[in-house]
Amino acid sequence: MLESDVSYLSVVIAVLGGAIRVGTPFLFVSLGECLTEKSGRINLGLEANLIMGAMSGYGIAYLSGSAWLGVLVAGMTGLVLGMVHSLLCQQERVNDIAVGIAMMMFGTGLAFYLGKPFIQPVAPRLPALELGAWVDSPVLKSALEINALFIIGVILAPLMAWFFRYARWGLIVRTVGESRDAALAMGLNVNLVRMYATMAGGFLAGVGGSFLSLYYPGSWNEGLSSGQGLMAVALVIFARWNPVYCLYASLLFGGAAALGPALQSVGINQGYYLFNAAPYILTLGIMIATSSRKQRFAGMPGEMSNI
Amino acid sequence: MFKLLESLLIPIAALVLSLVLFSVFIWFSGTNAFEVLGAIYRGAFGSWFSWQNTLVRSAPLMLTALCTALPARIGLINIGGEGAMVVGGVFATLVGISINGMPPFIVISAMVLAGMLTAGMWIGMVGALKHFRNVNETISSLLLNYIAIAIMSYLVLGPMRDPATLNNPSSFHIGVANMIGNIGESSIHGGLIFGLVVCLVLWILMRYTTFGFSVDVIGGNIRAAQISGLPVGKLILITCFLGGAAAGIAGVIEVAAVQGRANLSLNSGYGYAGILVAFLARHNPLAIIPVAILLGGIRASSGLLQRGFDLPDATTMVLQGIIFIVILASEFMYGRIKWLQPRVATHA
Repeated sequence: MLESDVSYLSVVIAVLGGAIRVGTPFLFVSLGECLTEKSGRINLGLEANLIMGAMSGYGIAYLSGSAWLGVLVAGMTGLVLGMVHSLLCQQERVNDIAVGIAMMMFGTGLAFYLGKPFIQPVAPRLPALELGAWVDSPVLKSALEINALFIIGVILAPLMAWFFRYARWGLIVRTVGESRDAALAMGLNVNLVRMYATMAGGFLAGVGGSFLSLYYPGSWNEGLSSGQGLMAVALVIFARWNPVYCLYASLLFGGAAALGPALQSVGINQGYYLFNAAPYILTLGIMIATSSRKQRFAGMPGEMSNI
Repeated sequence: MFKLLESLLIPIAALVLSLVLFSVFIWFSGTNAFEVLGAIYRGAFGSWFSWQNTLVRSAPLMLTALCTALPARIGLINIGGEGAMVVGGVFATLVGISINGMPPFIVISAMVLAGMLTAGMWIGMVGALKHFRNVNETISSLLLNYIAIAIMSYLVLGPMRDPATLNNPSSFHIGVANMIGNIGESSIHGGLIFGLVVCLVLWILMRYTTFGFSVDVIGGNIRAAQISGLPVGKLILITCFLGGAAAGIAGVIEVAAVQGRANLSLNSGYGYAGILVAFLARHNPLAIIPVAILLGGIRASSGLLQRGFDLPDATTMVLQGIIFIVILASEFMYGRIKWLQPRVATHA
């Protein structure tokens, strides 16, 4: 085998491994956003959940010594942020997109403020399943290190699809999201259902954040989250509000984000910074390709405003 | 009259409430909140020295705020000010470096033009995507921020890099003669004048011309605007272009009045803070001026808080976030306070 063939193969393997590693936070945030949007509300503030989840998860894992407790606290932090978002949005004349931007700023500031003491210390990492223990190649070995959170996410996606289709609560969320009037006629408390959906979605996004600080990249710093929270919104549109498609889309995005580092690992530095923009360009391209001036998106909840 | 009073009193009340919430937050983290508030005031407006600091920081805020405010008038929530500032700054530098040696006035003018054009087209792209493909403008503008930063990193750390800059990788210098100087004896650079003039010009444009009126009609009811035959697409593109061009000037100032080179300091959060300024000013270009000075003051006090109280530099970010949330929540109050509503004569 030629030298170059080996390196191209390792790029492909690194991208595939990266798709899982980088895609996991996307998966959780997009599932959270999907749940929120199914109830007819959009939460652009999930970026805040992500970064607050990363910070609180890391802090608690460091203080308690348990990474899983960190994950739980990260989720609860996201839940509280979701509640705040929800309480603000249900006021009259308050724009949910603007509230999302404000939450994003507030959450980022708060995470940097409270997270200052945690930049130095090393917290326990989340455990990974070493599926690659039987291979020799170090590249393949690291690509096959699968984190437990990814597996939870993979199970969660079809479960959520089932929930929307068959569970009583899932149908309630969808009714509220499709038509406020129909929901009111059924005697449902629209604001309450939306609040629960936003809180649960916020929980998932917080868990996604803990993956960033507790597994990959695996430390807490201020540059940890860079727009993943908002890209998840585009990802949900791409996934047509279907949780299972969210899984595929997350892997695609994760792979795009892993492209730059993978090329760098084999010594291709040319245009490294441009490759870093790949996930953003991909998102924008998908948004342009799937949007239409004439019609609404297929599968889009009826109550959702201007996306 | 009542309307003006309402749109003054509600934001001021919201600001006061934000300060109270911030104080509670500071108190919980174990620092004397009164002393912190006092330090913010001293760091922002306490002396001529701090005023100069504040005004220098307010100039880019005025310009990036316009990048959110103008599109907002036509109904688009654009958060691409950060990217527009970066793009404008980088391409202006590129022009400045390549014509270095020509008379300074020409170089500076060319840089300002280049910054306005590139940044204007950058945000114009957001408007075009919205109008022609119905791509959500908030998401596309945020994505463009990251793409802009990637382009800048590529250019500044690659082809444009001055090998002599080691610690803070930067582009080549635009030439000392081509820098925008300070106003009189102060340490306030000429960027402030750009900020003030652009805000004033755009305020006049929005308030006293048919263009501004048409933009507000579209922002108020796009269907009505279409039916009455307004060129909606064209107006969206122009408005987005103007907003982007304003933010582009902020980038030019950062290069031509502060750094002398394009580097990563172009991406220092002015674009995001500008969003807050725009919302606080209710997207009115004239109101942006005082609000930008206020926010510039908060940012200027950040250093004093770090040194004096050992507070993290994110403290002012928390304060800005609280202000933003409270201001948005205060939208709920408009038209609800009885004594602020005009009395309508009732006939029996």
